[in-house]
Amino acid sequence: MKGGAGGRRLVLAIVLVLTLFVVIAPVSVVLVEGLSRGVGAFFGALGEEDTLAAIRLSIVTALVVVPINTLFGIAAAWSIAKFTFPGRKLLLSVIELPFSVSPIVAGIAYLFVYGGQGLLGPFLEEHDIKIMFALPGIILASTFVTAPFVARELIPLMQLQGNDDEEAAATLGARGFQIFRRVTLPNIRWGLVYGIILCNARVLGEFGAVSIVSGTIRGETNTLPLQIELLYHDYNTAGAFAAASVLTLVALLTLAAKVALEAKVGRGQAGR
Amino acid sequence: MRRLSLLTAAAFVALGLASASAAEPDKILNASYDVSRELFVAVNKAFVEAHQKAGGQAIKIDQSHAGSSKQARAILEGLKADVVTFNQFTDVQTLADKGFVAADWQKKFPNDASPYYSLPVFLVRAGNPKGIKDWNDLVRDDVKIVLPNPKTSGNARYSYLAATAYAKEAFGNDDAKVEAFVKKLLSNVPVFDTGGRAATTTFVEREVGDVLLTFEAETSGIRKEFGADKFDVVVPSVSLLADFPVAVVEKVTEKRGSTKIATDYLNFLYTPEGQTILAENGNRVRDPAVAEKFADKFPKVRLVTVDEVFGGWAAVNKQQFGADGVLDRLLAGS
Amino acid sequence: MKDGGRVLPGLRLSLGLTLFYAGLIICLPLAMLIIVGARLGPAEYWAVVSSPRAVASYRVTLLSAFAATAFNAVYGFLLAWALVRYEFPGRRLLDAIVDLPFALPTAVAGIALSGLFAKNGWFGAPLGAIGIKVAYTPLGIAIAMAFTSLPFVVRTLQPVLEELDGAIEEAAATLGARPLQIFRRVVLPVVVPALLAGVSLAFARSLGEFGAVIFIAGNQPFVSEITALVAYIRVEEYDYPAAAAIATVMLATAFVLLVAINALQAYARRHEALR
Repeated sequence: MKGGAGGRRLVLAIVLVLTLFVVIAPVSVVLVEGLSRGVGAFFGALGEEDTLAAIRLSIVTALVVVPINTLFGIAAAWSIAKFTFPGRKLLLSVIELPFSVSPIVAGIAYLFVYGGQGLLGPFLEEHDIKIMFALPGIILASTFVTAPFVARELIPLMQLQGNDDEEAAATLGARGFQIFRRVTLPNIRWGLVYGIILCNARVLGEFGAVSIVSGTIRGETNTLPLQIELLYHDYNTAGAFAAASVLTLVALLTLAAKVALEAKVGRGQAGR
Repeated sequence: MRRLSLLTAAAFVALGLASASAAEPDKILNASYDVSRELFVAVNKAFVEAHQKAGGQAIKIDQSHAGSSKQARAILEGLKADVVTFNQFTDVQTLADKGFVAADWQKKFPNDASPYYSLPVFLVRAGNPKGIKDWNDLVRDDVKIVLPNPKTSGNARYSYLAATAYAKEAFGNDDAKVEAFVKKLLSNVPVFDTGGRAATTTFVEREVGDVLLTFEAETSGIRKEFGADKFDVVVPSVSLLADFPVAVVEKVTEKRGSTKIATDYLNFLYTPEGQTILAENGNRVRDPAVAEKFADKFPKVRLVTVDEVFGGWAAVNKQQFGADGVLDRLLAGS
Repeated sequence: MKDGGRVLPGLRLSLGLTLFYAGLIICLPLAMLIIVGARLGPAEYWAVVSSPRAVASYRVTLLSAFAATAFNAVYGFLLAWALVRYEFPGRRLLDAIVDLPFALPTAVAGIALSGLFAKNGWFGAPLGAIGIKVAYTPLGIAIAMAFTSLPFVVRTLQPVLEELDGAIEEAAATLGARPLQIFRRVVLPVVVPALLAGVSLAFARSLGEFGAVIFIAGNQPFVSEITALVAYIRVEEYDYPAAAAIATVMLATAFVLLVAINALQAYARRHEALR
């Protein structure tokens, strides 16, 4: 297979053309449409009060969800990668479930727990706690959808590195958090950062689950992806594409961060 | 670690509480039907100015738009709307039945709490290539109709009822023929979007269908937005009066202390200024002076009411829209 | 590894936290979903999930996901092959671009694709001229699914292809095997488990995709309505039990696929270890 230069050229040509059409064109169309009316119009569309509020809401959501899921991801990875216990595989499957469950299913499930007619609805109503159609609901739904991201990055990494270093540290008398901070963390650092970056990107972009729990109050409970849909239906195509460009730029930054991390890890490994 | 998770939990509860209540509300939420988006942007701006001019404090009106029935249920599910501006009596009545709005809500504001009205009309593509003139053109095999989902959209219910009303006149109340007519009409609908605006997008931007059934007000908005030369409005021989009822959601406002401002807001819709904005956005209004001023914008049309044709909303809901009602039956077959 | 449990601290804390979190965030809502669905009773549950519209939506979803996955199996394989085996300018850039569909929000992908394939879009206009309609048809759904699930195939294949020893292929070539033969006899047997795993991941993701699809789907019952949308519409109609019933079907499918994927990946690993 390696031999045929013709085959190689053919494969490369097919791959590049398909990538151009399938991956690059959609991203370009967002940026082109977003900027087609000039930079001034672009920032004008973004400066609109409700869009700004949506950007703020998305950032606040990410600021809450990402730390929660980072903490959970570390705890899950530590227990699953470093120990064996009955039901470990099942737990792993449960944690991975949000990857393959449709976000719509997630949103509906949360509605049944926290909605007015849901499991906790009457209790929440009585105590005047708003979860559905408010920030907590958006946070919860986003947490579900992005639950596996950090854990999934860390578990293989921790398994690969084994327990020897940690056990040596424990034998030398180091305590739990010391071991984690001094021994484990330096080893998994870049995987952790990568998991966080992915988790963050997904939180900012979540649409299906949030669209069920949000209540779509303009300037209040519309996250940026929901705001894009709303602008789209408001005949405000330019505004929708401007808002979409922001998320596209975030996606491109995420990729850039990933490439930078990989370069770093690659160098680190080569140096060792 | 344990402390951290406690902190997170505390932050969570605090978030929930913080957004729950405030003593002196500086904003209220208007939950409205789907196609009133632009209308209430204009109304809210004018109200905020008028309110401050009259010495009131600064106030912000939040908007939420979706199918009217969907909104009613979102409120039952916990959406904290201070006022509702719906397009159908039943949706407000649902809230009244569950104690969210006053039982006598229709008495709280003039004209049975309906400051303006509209009617379902047809929007066709420029030049009316399919020659659609009246309801009976909609059952032709070569006509594709765009209509939202009557289960979620009050807008679509009016269109559905208007078609039924036409058929009842045409077939002299022969129920089987009426149902066959409406069933054929529904079978010509390729897409049921959940809200009126999504249906507009389908018709206008996705270029699906030959005719869009929607409120007259929405058609004037579309022509304003996309150019009057792109679409023609066809007013059928008979249509249904669509009242747009309003109410204060007292269960919410009493807790928030926003009953007065919410009432002021809805009363503003009845002022000449409010009525003018409504009319400018394609709605027919009650104020005789304002109505006179915009008379040439609104062609004369024979309007029947739900009470006349169907014996009131309660009966309509039971016969048409309830579980296993006529609508379910007709849709199941389509 | 086995003794680690005794030496290393933190099992109780980390496992406790994990179980608490997984219970509250993942299991509780999904359990409620099943409970609400179960309230229907068997007969009515069956009536909901086997209603003609629901069945039509399964067909649309499955067929579109199948088409998208088949496309990605080929395209993803070629892409992974090119990235692993060939040196060419821009290879690293291409490698980074593969993750774009992961990083790009689905709603953005949705409006981007519907913009591309709209009547006056970059692709929609020329395709329309030759009579192919993509937007608001099942073809559009398949394209949206293909876009969002591409990285799964590539990223699962890449490490396996990297492991694959080029020397064996060369040996086969010296022995006179033709390229296609080499591919079928040498490359494919090793790659198939990983390819299957990646393809099933992509398929699972396609079945659940919502954001990217609804913008381009047309959402026409019986023609271009996906199952996720049927569930969503049931929610909008406040027919919660029906929404739950359809959602449980999706949940069960996702779970079965997940189990299958894990088994496939375990098999692929064993296979590798055996070599």
